[in-house]
Amino acid sequence: MTTFVNLTLGGLSSGAVYAALGLSLVIIYRATRVVNFAQPALALISSYLAYSVTKGTGSYWLGFVVAIVAGTLLGVIVERLIIRPLRHAGELSAIIATLGLLLLLQAVAGMIWSNEPHAFSYAFDFRGRFSPSDLFAVLAVIVAATGVLLLFKFTPLGLRLRATAFNPEVAKLLGVRVGVMLTVGWGLAAGVGSLAGLLATPPFIFPTVLDEVFVYALTAAVLGGLDNPLGTIVGGLVLGIGLSYVSGLLGPELVPLAALAILVAVLAVRPSGLFGRATARRV
Amino acid sequence: MTTRLPPLVLHLLAALACLVLLVLLTLVTDPFTNLRIATVGYYLIAVAGLALLTGFNGQVSLGHGAFMFIGAYTVALLVKRVPAFPIWVDLLLAVVAGGLAGLLAGAAAARLHGPYLAGATLALAVGLPAVAQRFPDLFAGSNGLSFTVNSQPAGLVGVVPATRWQAWIVWLAVLLALVVLVNLARGRLGRTLRAVRDDEVAASLAGVHVGRTKILAFLISSACGGLAGGLQAFLLGTAAPGSFTPALSLSLLAALVLGGLGSLWGALWGAIALVYFQVWTDDFAELLSLRSDIADNLPLALYGVVLIVIVLAFPAGIQGGVRKLWVRVRRPAPSQRGEK
Repeated sequence: MTTFVNLTLGGLSSGAVYAALGLSLVIIYRATRVVNFAQPALALISSYLAYSVTKGTGSYWLGFVVAIVAGTLLGVIVERLIIRPLRHAGELSAIIATLGLLLLLQAVAGMIWSNEPHAFSYAFDFRGRFSPSDLFAVLAVIVAATGVLLLFKFTPLGLRLRATAFNPEVAKLLGVRVGVMLTVGWGLAAGVGSLAGLLATPPFIFPTVLDEVFVYALTAAVLGGLDNPLGTIVGGLVLGIGLSYVSGLLGPELVPLAALAILVAVLAVRPSGLFGRATARRV
Repeated sequence: MTTRLPPLVLHLLAALACLVLLVLLTLVTDPFTNLRIATVGYYLIAVAGLALLTGFNGQVSLGHGAFMFIGAYTVALLVKRVPAFPIWVDLLLAVVAGGLAGLLAGAAAARLHGPYLAGATLALAVGLPAVAQRFPDLFAGSNGLSFTVNSQPAGLVGVVPATRWQAWIVWLAVLLALVVLVNLARGRLGRTLRAVRDDEVAASLAGVHVGRTKILAFLISSACGGLAGGLQAFLLGTAAPGSFTPALSLSLLAALVLGGLGSLWGALWGAIALVYFQVWTDDFAELLSLRSDIADNLPLALYGVVLIVIVLAFPAGIQGGVRKLWVRVRRPAPSQRGEK
């Protein structure tokens, strides 16, 4: 019984991280119909910056803030430099460009900070069952997700963001500055992604540390339906707990396979995810 | 084409000519280069398979390394457990294993589009190598399986260096597979694949079974992946999970995009780039005596830059440039050149 509780609580905190990274994918996908495969690399770079700042100043929180700000800026730059020119280039082009960015940023991280793992600190004590650090992860993600949802639902900016995502042409006619909205969307998403990176990275940081986390985040987002933020958060938490059971009861090596199995099973039944809008797909 | 020979015969003759050229090439190069030539060979067939799936049929796969994994372990296990089989049977079975896995993956993937498919195949690339860790008794865990293949006929041992012989076997297999692939791509199947890629509704109105076509594309391309993995295992004498990271799958796709998505020639340029990028950056790093942190990451960084630049500026890849040149030069004879 205690094992069961432990696994559930452990799964909850990792699930929160998948939800946050998944959320960053969903924000971008809603706005630009691009799955940002470079998201783990953006989060990686900001985590490395946090590592350097924390190491230099001794303050975890200064590093934390620097990471979120830097991550947001990175998102903005990526949208302006790479995604904007590809707006009419088709699905495959965007996938490949973001993959290229993933390879590039991971390599740059390796060049600057080396491929060797460095110790990367938790925000709080991480020992014990549902440690303060786990609690912080869950709370931070809840706060961020609520913030994003409220922003989308209740602010003028959120309305414009939604209008842009829903129909850029009409939004433009109504006076929304669509280009700015897309940039804001990427910045916002990358900021949330950086938070996820900071929570997922410890205890060690190295260039490929977020690869597996990214696959689970993508699984969470796909489970939730790529354009449904709330579904993604639920999907992330459920996936985190489910994978924690698999890891604890069957063995940690099976976790990636279990994620694949869940993904295939869900997509076989619902090709647009559990909560995805049943868009009128041709065929 | 002006010849009256059937395309299959023509392609077989071309493959024979390529093989002769390759044998000549390996005769004048050192064992190190022979190994690289063989490496280009198995990457070529892997990327060519991916070209059929992604380029011709429009299904993005970020998990093609998984099929190489299956092919490599098939060969490794067969060599270790059933040493009586000659290597060509092992390779054939690697093709079958890859194809079967592709059939399963294709059946699961046939209903998926763009990012959903990309996500599922990426999960495949991350998840599958974990199998080797899960069953260490059979797959020897993260160390992988090591073995020796005695494929050389007794009469040639000592006469032909081992790597040269291996390069011949690899390219023989690759060229045979390419003949099959080229014939499929140039024929009815190729048209059907492209029709499904361009417009599924129109294709199904024209009587194409869309789902079946997509699964068939997966099957063929995964069989090529299985062969590529099998050849890699044959060449290196090992099969270890560390060689089949998601980065491998991504670099296969990168090679395809770099070479040019729409044609099988693109796969050749991509495979050459995949091998020689590494070689050149190593040389370059040594020349400038760069720190190992920088040198180790240089190929990956260049790959990233190249992918972004190609997508932004040269969507047709290297083959697009070659084709433009070709149109300018314009010879009446069909293009049959040897590869480097």
